[in-house]
Amino acid sequence: MELVVPAGSRGALHSAIEAGADVVYLGLRDETNARHFPGLNFSAHELPATVEHAHRMGCKVYLAINTYSRAGEWKRWEAAVGAAAESRVDALIAADMAVLDHASRTYPDLRLHLSVQASATNWRALRFYRDNFGIQRAVLPRVLSMTQVERLAERDVVPLEVFGFGGLCIMAEGRCLFSSYACGRSPNNYGACSPAEAVEWRQDGDVMETRVGGVLVDRFGDNDAAGYPTLCKGRYQVRGSRVHAFEEPVSLNSLELLPQLAKIGIHAIKLEGRQRSPAYVSRMTRIWRAAIDAVLANPDKFAVHRLWGEGLSELAEGQQTVLGAYARVWQ
Amino acid sequence: MRLAVGPVLYFWDREQLLDFYRDLAETPVDIVYLGETVCSKRRSLRFPDWLEIGRMLVDRGKQVVLSTLTLVEAESEVGQIARVCRNRDFMVEANDVAALDVLVESGVSFVGGIGLNIYNARTLSWLRRAGMVRWVPPVEMSGEQIGMIVDEVTASGAEPEVELFAFGRMPLAYSARCFTARAHGLGKDECGFVCGNYPEGMAAGTQDGRPLFTLNGIQTQSAAVVNLLPLWREAAESGVDILRLSPLPQGTAELIRYMREALDSESTPELPDIPDKALCNGYWYGRAGLESLGRG
Repeated sequence: MELVVPAGSRGALHSAIEAGADVVYLGLRDETNARHFPGLNFSAHELPATVEHAHRMGCKVYLAINTYSRAGEWKRWEAAVGAAAESRVDALIAADMAVLDHASRTYPDLRLHLSVQASATNWRALRFYRDNFGIQRAVLPRVLSMTQVERLAERDVVPLEVFGFGGLCIMAEGRCLFSSYACGRSPNNYGACSPAEAVEWRQDGDVMETRVGGVLVDRFGDNDAAGYPTLCKGRYQVRGSRVHAFEEPVSLNSLELLPQLAKIGIHAIKLEGRQRSPAYVSRMTRIWRAAIDAVLANPDKFAVHRLWGEGLSELAEGQQTVLGAYARVWQ
Repeated sequence: MRLAVGPVLYFWDREQLLDFYRDLAETPVDIVYLGETVCSKRRSLRFPDWLEIGRMLVDRGKQVVLSTLTLVEAESEVGQIARVCRNRDFMVEANDVAALDVLVESGVSFVGGIGLNIYNARTLSWLRRAGMVRWVPPVEMSGEQIGMIVDEVTASGAEPEVELFAFGRMPLAYSARCFTARAHGLGKDECGFVCGNYPEGMAAGTQDGRPLFTLNGIQTQSAAVVNLLPLWREAAESGVDILRLSPLPQGTAELIRYMREALDSESTPELPDIPDKALCNGYWYGRAGLESLGRG
């Protein structure tokens, strides 16, 4: 079972490798990936040396080119795929059929993984991408229950990668337009949800307001921690009350499911957070490395170590973690 | 320019659905999309009922398309989609790649719905070759982008029809979680079909009183109603062949008549009053979806 760790910067990449990542995944410094935030990611120029360094350290590199190419701007996506192939990355993570088709025909030796942004949530969708574009792995969206993940694994259409820890998308990935509805830019059309330039923190007396594209997401008192605003974690007026209509600011943590995930043959665990600091990546990776090693050594005796649980909770949004859609009751 | 009515996105009961389609049969609508696209638990009508409505509409000269579920998770849902895709009477609109898989395998023509992420000419051309004869662009796509994509595929000689989501609340997201049930303190498995009490969804507004979202089960829609109908000339210039109206409980049939008249007389439509509904058109202009610019 592979541990796939985010590296949004050179520092995070070193931390991830040192802390025991089997794979680091990264993006280029443009709209071709779904973490298009200022100061993050790598230039095409830096890529070959970065990949070579990781390989020397025994770590694989996946490159995310997982946004949808925009009308008239195909050259940018084409160049990104070319950079991936030339840098000898170990796999390309893609969602757009245009990118998958181009990569599979132009670089037949380049391994393709289906990005979570493609929103493939069932065996037929997986089969479609396998048969038409030759994908060799798929990352499952965070909308499936554990039973549904198990059924998909039994179908054995392609090897599966699932999310272990990090930001929790409440909506099916690749199918959420909340961000563009409020500010014009979304993961699909721009490569970012709640882009920094659309986000505002406004102090109004004792109250801190967070906004995206001018839309009020939440108001916080002195004692509340105001997190990075995404519309799905805001508080709204519904049926006369102010509530988290979609979800509270929490993170996904599936550590306790690890033995089950190993048993059903999940090939890789993905950690989220290319926007995170090297220290965050290091801590998260160490915990998951230890947990995966423990499961592989003795799956029947696996128990979540108290320090692992506490460590991940400290890293989590609002210091809270949930199982998300893996647990049917969450739905 | 033809007019289409999209699938009913809300949970209406059997009588309301039957009345709606009986009324629609009397309008000059050209194309009608049928079926449940949001939640597989909703079954006011069974598959044979939908087929029967379809035949009734065909008898009145309408083209009928069966629209498929958008978020497809359970094995039973995959089976349900295969059944719809393999029907022998009507064309199918694919809203998920699961449906694409069946349709492409069967070698039949199909419509690519807003649930498919078709954002560029390359993807569009690929799907055109696989049998897609009509494309409904993602609702967040601007008129300019649609025009560029149409130009590019037309140059390659394989242009599908283009249908614009031109009126109604826009689907913005899908989740494993049911938000209507959540607002009632219920989980999805014991929802009690509370969404049936909200024939045009449940409002979710910001804390400063701005309508923002409409909760419709596992789907979240815009609070504002997109209205691109007055922009039909611009739409036509961008390559749009069909305007889609997404059903609301009241006024859909009336709107079809007004719009048909406007198109036939080549005028800007005087739309009937749409009470208590904010309108928007920002996406068309490449802006935030909730914005309302110029006329429209």
